[in-house]
Amino acid sequence: MSVPSSRVLRALLKSRSGFAGSVLVGVLVLSALVSLVWTPYDPTLARPQDSWLLPLSGGHVLGTDRLGRDELSQLLTGARSTLRTALLAAAIAAVVGLALALAAVLVPRWIGAAVVQFTDVLIAFPVLLIAMILTAVYGGSTWTAVTAIGVGAGVNVARVARAEAGRVLGTDYVLAAHAAGSGTWRTVRRHVLPNIAPTLIVQLSLVLSVAVLAEAALSYLGFGTPPPAVSWGRMLHEQQSYITARPLLVIWPGLAVVCSVLGFNLLGDGLREAADARLRVRELQEVPGA
Amino acid sequence: MSLLKITDLSVRIGGTAVVEGVSLDLAPGERLALIGESGSGKSLTALAVMGLLPDSAEVTGSIRLGGEELLGLGDRELSRLRGERMAMVFQEPMSALNPLMRIGKQLAEPLRLHRGLNRRRAAAAAVELAAQVGLPDPELVVRSWPHQLSGGQRQRVGLAMALATRPALLIADEPTTALDVTVQADMLKLLDDLVQQHGTALLFISHDLAVVAELCPRAAVLKDGRLVEEGATDTLVRSPRHSYTQRLVDAARATGWDTPEVAR
Repeated sequence: MSVPSSRVLRALLKSRSGFAGSVLVGVLVLSALVSLVWTPYDPTLARPQDSWLLPLSGGHVLGTDRLGRDELSQLLTGARSTLRTALLAAAIAAVVGLALALAAVLVPRWIGAAVVQFTDVLIAFPVLLIAMILTAVYGGSTWTAVTAIGVGAGVNVARVARAEAGRVLGTDYVLAAHAAGSGTWRTVRRHVLPNIAPTLIVQLSLVLSVAVLAEAALSYLGFGTPPPAVSWGRMLHEQQSYITARPLLVIWPGLAVVCSVLGFNLLGDGLREAADARLRVRELQEVPGA
Repeated sequence: MSLLKITDLSVRIGGTAVVEGVSLDLAPGERLALIGESGSGKSLTALAVMGLLPDSAEVTGSIRLGGEELLGLGDRELSRLRGERMAMVFQEPMSALNPLMRIGKQLAEPLRLHRGLNRRRAAAAAVELAAQVGLPDPELVVRSWPHQLSGGQRQRVGLAMALATRPALLIADEPTTALDVTVQADMLKLLDDLVQQHGTALLFISHDLAVVAELCPRAAVLKDGRLVEEGATDTLVRSPRHSYTQRLVDAARATGWDTPEVAR
């Protein structure tokens, strides 16, 4: 799997969307990391005497909410749960997607067809609906949300991955690998996975953006990580009653969600362009002396 | 004792018979050409021997390699034989190599699979193989990606891969059809030399009678999945018994092939 990745990275940063996406995602990751070691205040510490402070007053850069909690500290800490949910969901989506895709293409045809039907049925359910059903049954927790988002997005990944895996399995080099005596799993590992990886990576970056949005929506609706953990969705929920008095307190978490979703989307776009650029570069190169 | 013995082979795909009652015999080190137009079932016959037909294909009859019946063998046993006792060169050199794997790694793949070579020894063997098929600057070639090689070079890589383990049987499915005319001749010469050197039996699939006449002393003609004529290539060319063979000869003459120079 030695794809020339440095070249892809360079192409990614050169494209406008790739650069913007990288910056936005970089900010998200940095916020989450910083919040692990430092926040201006304890994000969950309620100090009634400091409630409703305006931005840049009393040592609170973005002000405080009704309970006197520091807005900036909450935003930074919220990045953590957003990122964690997104990454875990994407990991689950990758596993579910790949497993279903490979199951659909490798097994005897009638089982494969059943897997495809099953996947299509699951795709019909919106991610949020699956999450709400799971929450109703198992109660709200990070894991319920992550599993629901991961599985919901995973079936979508499966559809794309299946098409790609099917294409790769039909290529001459897979036939040649079999003719050389390569077993099914070795072929999948050495030929199929590397060749569907570019498509899969783009898909997963889009899953990340869906997951950020879904996480915010779920915690806004009260189905996400339960308190006292901080999340942007619940910040939105808690502040919305006071939107006319303190609009900024709603705008900040909203903006954070928008920027993260946009960031992952742009990153996905950039990656797709970069992968294409890599193909173009390849075709132009010839071995010296060929 | 024959190396490859195909008896009454039939292949049905989706209820349609695409190969019907084909019987062929190939001695160790012998060369046999399988001739026919597109869709005559010659590639499917080859794939049947390799056990590479899709699951939907129904294969009946018997295919014996060195006395061992291949039909009905499990995937594991077939994988052991493929690339070790029998190997195949494909028609399209542009698509027969994994675009994301360096040449050296692909070259050494059969050796790693069947000889259990470790990474380092496989890399060394790859350079040797590349040199053997006349690739210029083998050290550089093994580190290149498939897209950096020309069609002819890639086909040489394909041939080197197929012959890496010195298989007893090599199936070449129109290995020169996709190449430039000038490269074709070199490729055929190389194939001729290597097969001769290693004593490999060759099943050469082609629609080009001129090419076949130079390479294979014996030929079999397929039409619509049936064997219509089989025998020494020069007899076949000089006095075809079947009208279809006559048409193939006429077609070859019409494109400028005049005196049939027939191989040993």
